[in-house]
Amino acid sequence: MTESIKTDTAAGVSRRSLLKGGAAAVGLAAGSGAITGFPTIWAQNIKDVTLRQMGTGVSNINAIAEKCKEDLGFTLQMTALDSDAVTQRAVTQPDSYDIADIEYWICKKVFPAGVMQPLDVSKMKYFDKLVPLFVTGKLTPESAIAQGTAPHTVGFVTGQDSVEFAKEPTNWLTMIPTIYNADTLGIRPDLVGRPITKWADILDPAFKGKTSILNIPSIGIMDAAMICESAGIAKYADKGNMTKEEIDTTINFLIETKKAGQFRAFWKSFDESVNLMASGEVIIQSMWSPAVAAVRSKGIPCVYQPLEEGYRSWGGGLGIAKGLSGLELDAAYEYINWYMSGWVGAYLNRQGYYSACLDTAKAFMEPYEWAFWMEGKPAEKDILSPEGKVMEKAGSVRDGGSFYERMGKVACWNSVMDEDRYMVRKWNEFIAA
Amino acid sequence: MTFAHRVAPYLQALPLTLILGVFLVVPIAVIVMVSFWDYDSIRIYPDFVTFNYEETLFSFVTWKTYLNTLKFTFIVWAITLFVGFWVAYFLAFHVRTATMQTVLFLVCTVPFLTSNIIRMISWIPFLGRNGLLNTALVDAGIVPAPLEFLLFSEFAVVLAMVHLYTLFMVTPIFNTLMRIDRALIEAARDAGASGFQILTNVILPLAKPGIAIGSIFVVTLVMGDFITVRFMSGGQSASVGLMMANQISLLQYPAAAANAVVLLVVVLMIVAAIVRVVDIRKEL
Repeated sequence: MTESIKTDTAAGVSRRSLLKGGAAAVGLAAGSGAITGFPTIWAQNIKDVTLRQMGTGVSNINAIAEKCKEDLGFTLQMTALDSDAVTQRAVTQPDSYDIADIEYWICKKVFPAGVMQPLDVSKMKYFDKLVPLFVTGKLTPESAIAQGTAPHTVGFVTGQDSVEFAKEPTNWLTMIPTIYNADTLGIRPDLVGRPITKWADILDPAFKGKTSILNIPSIGIMDAAMICESAGIAKYADKGNMTKEEIDTTINFLIETKKAGQFRAFWKSFDESVNLMASGEVIIQSMWSPAVAAVRSKGIPCVYQPLEEGYRSWGGGLGIAKGLSGLELDAAYEYINWYMSGWVGAYLNRQGYYSACLDTAKAFMEPYEWAFWMEGKPAEKDILSPEGKVMEKAGSVRDGGSFYERMGKVACWNSVMDEDRYMVRKWNEFIAA
Repeated sequence: MTFAHRVAPYLQALPLTLILGVFLVVPIAVIVMVSFWDYDSIRIYPDFVTFNYEETLFSFVTWKTYLNTLKFTFIVWAITLFVGFWVAYFLAFHVRTATMQTVLFLVCTVPFLTSNIIRMISWIPFLGRNGLLNTALVDAGIVPAPLEFLLFSEFAVVLAMVHLYTLFMVTPIFNTLMRIDRALIEAARDAGASGFQILTNVILPLAKPGIAIGSIFVVTLVMGDFITVRFMSGGQSASVGLMMANQISLLQYPAAAANAVVLLVVVLMIVAAIVRVVDIRKEL
């Protein structure tokens, strides 16, 4: 276990230099200079290894690749794609990547295709530090499991060569969880002119022509379901796995709403949602948390509004391509353990996401940062993004509050349904209507 | 005839045959083949099933989407033809010197130095609710409230397409107009024809091949478009291309392939109709 001792030292050094450095960003830069890599499989040729990682834009961050090069010595090539493109590439071109950084609902589609290899839990140094959400599905022992494709349901397979998802935790992980968050509606508090408390508020006739939902069928249908349930149009046994009748009800309602002119547009990419909101074309819409931050960073008020019915949540992780072996495979495990060891977790937490190993991330964050992001407390000083830009002024409080308040109110997870094919056909009808 | 003489023409035709074979015939054959395959949410299975076509042809969504696409095609075709013809006419008959003609023609192509996505997206801040145009109209007191129909509407789609595709009409028409023997126009004038008669009896008939080629460009571009429709309608409107893009993004390749085959057939029928009306070989 020499490696874990060494890693702990690394964390310690960085924390000390962080404190010494004063301002977080400056301290971090200085701190990271102080740490050198602590390799475990230190064949010299590790430096020649290049791992190709592809995934959605959220966590394919160049800063992570740079830090990885610095700490571990090998090169990480990042390719960021939208979720549909990632799914396609994962299934159809399994030789074009080594590490897939994908969401759990994508994993549900991709893993059974046999293009990825399960991860050996016994090689995961921080497995026992994972948030239980990804192991048992419960945030705290008392919490209920949310609807939809909850990560733990597709988190394990029954054996090393199996593509069958296990009901209980096994020694074989499909992916190591890395990032997750709770999504809700974003609003322009200066323009809505009333308190927003429910998902159904997006249907308020006062907002006619000023609302939007996202046009990625597998996620959009979940937002639509939250809205329908909130408006009393439908009651779902499982929003993440609707029956044909439930899909019909939901889509027909969407079509009526669309025909009545309630929606201004449907967005598909992150920047579209930012532009819609920032330009005032739309004042209430489905949104992702960094999009809210992006609108705010333009000096335009935007709130990620917590709603009565709870959040629609998503989670992602890192999986390894089937073909990876030898030194590259060792490097991939090395990378994954490094990923969980805290620096990346702190980086993700500072962007407003959550990391899957909270304890290790905490060591890399200043106490006031932790209090703001994780405990829902008012910011003691200005909160900086990992790039050093001011995200929140001192005194502000995170929308939705603490980690447990937000992740504890997850109503459903992004999903793939059994009636996926039918749902997509109906979704196309909605867009064509 | 020697052996070499008999083989030479085949050798000469070989490169084009190979290129068309590898990049046109084979991909289309694969698309046709896949359109009969079965699929689930992650994989496609070699098979021979026809439900991809049944689902496509017997769904009212498909019909509506095709009608919508045809509507866009017709409107955009009519507008680009009108605008394109007059731009070409001006360049060919009103601009005196060849240098000036070349300069002005190049000016027409300047916008094409940027990507067509950029050209399209730049309409968004211009037409938006708080965009330049609406702000100007409201401030000038011309309209009391911002005009909502300007952006994320079919109007916006048609506007962007006309902007993007008019040059495809201008170029071939300009080309045919330049080839018209000026003596024909003088002869018509000497025979007492009015300007309008010269236009309808001399210029238009001779410009037909250019119009046909321009029309083929515009029709095929609009029929296959998905990105303009998506961005400019804000996802509110559908086109056949967008329907396929949705299916591809969900890994439903056989359904998208069936759709592509149907679209190909429809477009080929339109092109065949155009070619039947106008002999475009005259151009060549």
